[in-house]
Amino acid sequence: MKLITVAGPPSSGKTSVILKLIECMDMPKGSIGVVKFDCLTSFDNISYEEADIPIQMGFSGKICPDHYFVSNIEDAVQWGLQSDFDMLITESAGLCNRCSPYIKGILSICVIDNLSGVNTPRKIGPMLKFADIVVVTKGDIVSQAEREVFAFNIKQVNLSAMIIFINGITGQGSFLLAKHLQKTADIHTVRDMKLRFTTPAAICSYCTGETKIGEPYQMGMMKKMEFKKI
Amino acid sequence: MIAQDFMKLINSQSLAELMHQYPIASDFLANFRLENISKDLTLEHALEEIEDEILEEFDLDRDDVLRNFCVFLETFSQTLTPLNGVSSITINGGINKLKEPENISLIIKAGEIISIVGPTGSGKSRLLNDIECLAQRDTPTHRQIMVNGVGINDSQRFEMDGKLVAQLSQNMNFVMDLTVREFLEMHARCRLTPDANAVVEKCFQRANQLTGENFFEDTKLTQLSGGQSRALMIADTAYMSDSPIVLIDEIENAGIDRRQALSLLAKKEKIIFVSTHDPLLALSADKRIVIKNGGIVKIIETSEVEKQSLEAIEKFDNTLLKLRNCLRTGEQITEELLKL
Repeated sequence: MKLITVAGPPSSGKTSVILKLIECMDMPKGSIGVVKFDCLTSFDNISYEEADIPIQMGFSGKICPDHYFVSNIEDAVQWGLQSDFDMLITESAGLCNRCSPYIKGILSICVIDNLSGVNTPRKIGPMLKFADIVVVTKGDIVSQAEREVFAFNIKQVNLSAMIIFINGITGQGSFLLAKHLQKTADIHTVRDMKLRFTTPAAICSYCTGETKIGEPYQMGMMKKMEFKKI
Repeated sequence: MIAQDFMKLINSQSLAELMHQYPIASDFLANFRLENISKDLTLEHALEEIEDEILEEFDLDRDDVLRNFCVFLETFSQTLTPLNGVSSITINGGINKLKEPENISLIIKAGEIISIVGPTGSGKSRLLNDIECLAQRDTPTHRQIMVNGVGINDSQRFEMDGKLVAQLSQNMNFVMDLTVREFLEMHARCRLTPDANAVVEKCFQRANQLTGENFFEDTKLTQLSGGQSRALMIADTAYMSDSPIVLIDEIENAGIDRRQALSLLAKKEKIIFVSTHDPLLALSADKRIVIKNGGIVKIIETSEVEKQSLEAIEKFDNTLLKLRNCLRTGEQITEELLKL
């Protein structure tokens, strides 16, 4: 089974891109499955179900989404194998810009959209920096010039990624992405594989349910801001 | 220069000197939150003031920063390899929605304008898609697009992806919060344009010629009218984008001189496809492709009679424009105005 990880900021078009991609792959129904890692709630399962694509949802709730991803990805792979998929696609929303649910040796795709502002690629960080392929959506509503500036800013952060423009509504461009996926290797497990980037550190009193504000309540790993005198 | 040469350079020059020679170096520093480090030192020495923690947040050590900086400078100091080697493209027919063969082979040379006509939903966009992804009989239409008379393999396709085709459509808007001047400078910087100021100036003037309503260098992009935006996009595509193919999707009624816009792009030796319902645009093309049921049914060369009729069509067009302007300014429509 092939494993593909897709990440991107909320509403950047991940689900649309995956749906168009699966349509393009022209593989038998039920041979591609999707695992969606989300935070609190999601309505994307409806879109997948409508397209007859097997979908498994998971909600991280109060756990950091990246921690949640890494502790469930092997189970996801085993679920995919048991379901006889030829390909499993995981979709995760990068909720803080530091998210990077990518594994060394597994094809990683980052989806971002042209409307998020030209400097956004320079702010996203590991989610963009460590992706093999960067898919840019919503290019049909901005000028050619803005698309070029956007692509340039992506390149500043990730020199080696391939940038593919996809229209999530018409599917234009998804064909090239599909071609790329066919070349990925088959796997049976991700055990002992490594993440491309460390997950956010989080072991402080607030992780364990503290809600009160103030020095006496702050315990564990903390980072304090430095305020300069004006 | 390759990365190793840059290593020598960054170890011998202060950041200030480097940034003078390579202005883009400041972007690199900003990307890693290093914009405030001492510029009078070399990067290696300047990094000594930085806490490990900041670099660790980016998963970098000091050597990584130096190495990444070199690769960055190497990448962005090269002039982009332009794809100006495209002298022709060929569309080899596939099949339509009823699986009937198209039986055509159309060669289009640089500087030619081709219009694509057909009812809504007939498959005009599908053809534009095939061109954009350089279909090699592997899309639903089974068409093949050849570049300079030869087919292309997948790795060449990926290489060219995103650089071959520039797109323009009625739905496009500027979303950046910049003035016209700032925007053009930003784009020129991205293109690593050598003589940026002159190109920016040319774009600005040309855009103003294309639209009837003048705008200024300090006008905000988001305040431009539809016509002004389109004019600026076209001038920018002509002078700054090096994509050899331009796909234009429905730019009718845009408040710009459409014929002048097309000829500007064609003069730049670009191959232009215009998907349109507008007679003025369709007949300004050298040839038009007629689409029906998802397939190309006819290729018509624009006849002399049709070319001459352009004058008359332009008069209709101007009359309509006059009427629109009258309504806008609160005047009444008179019989006099309707005379061509």
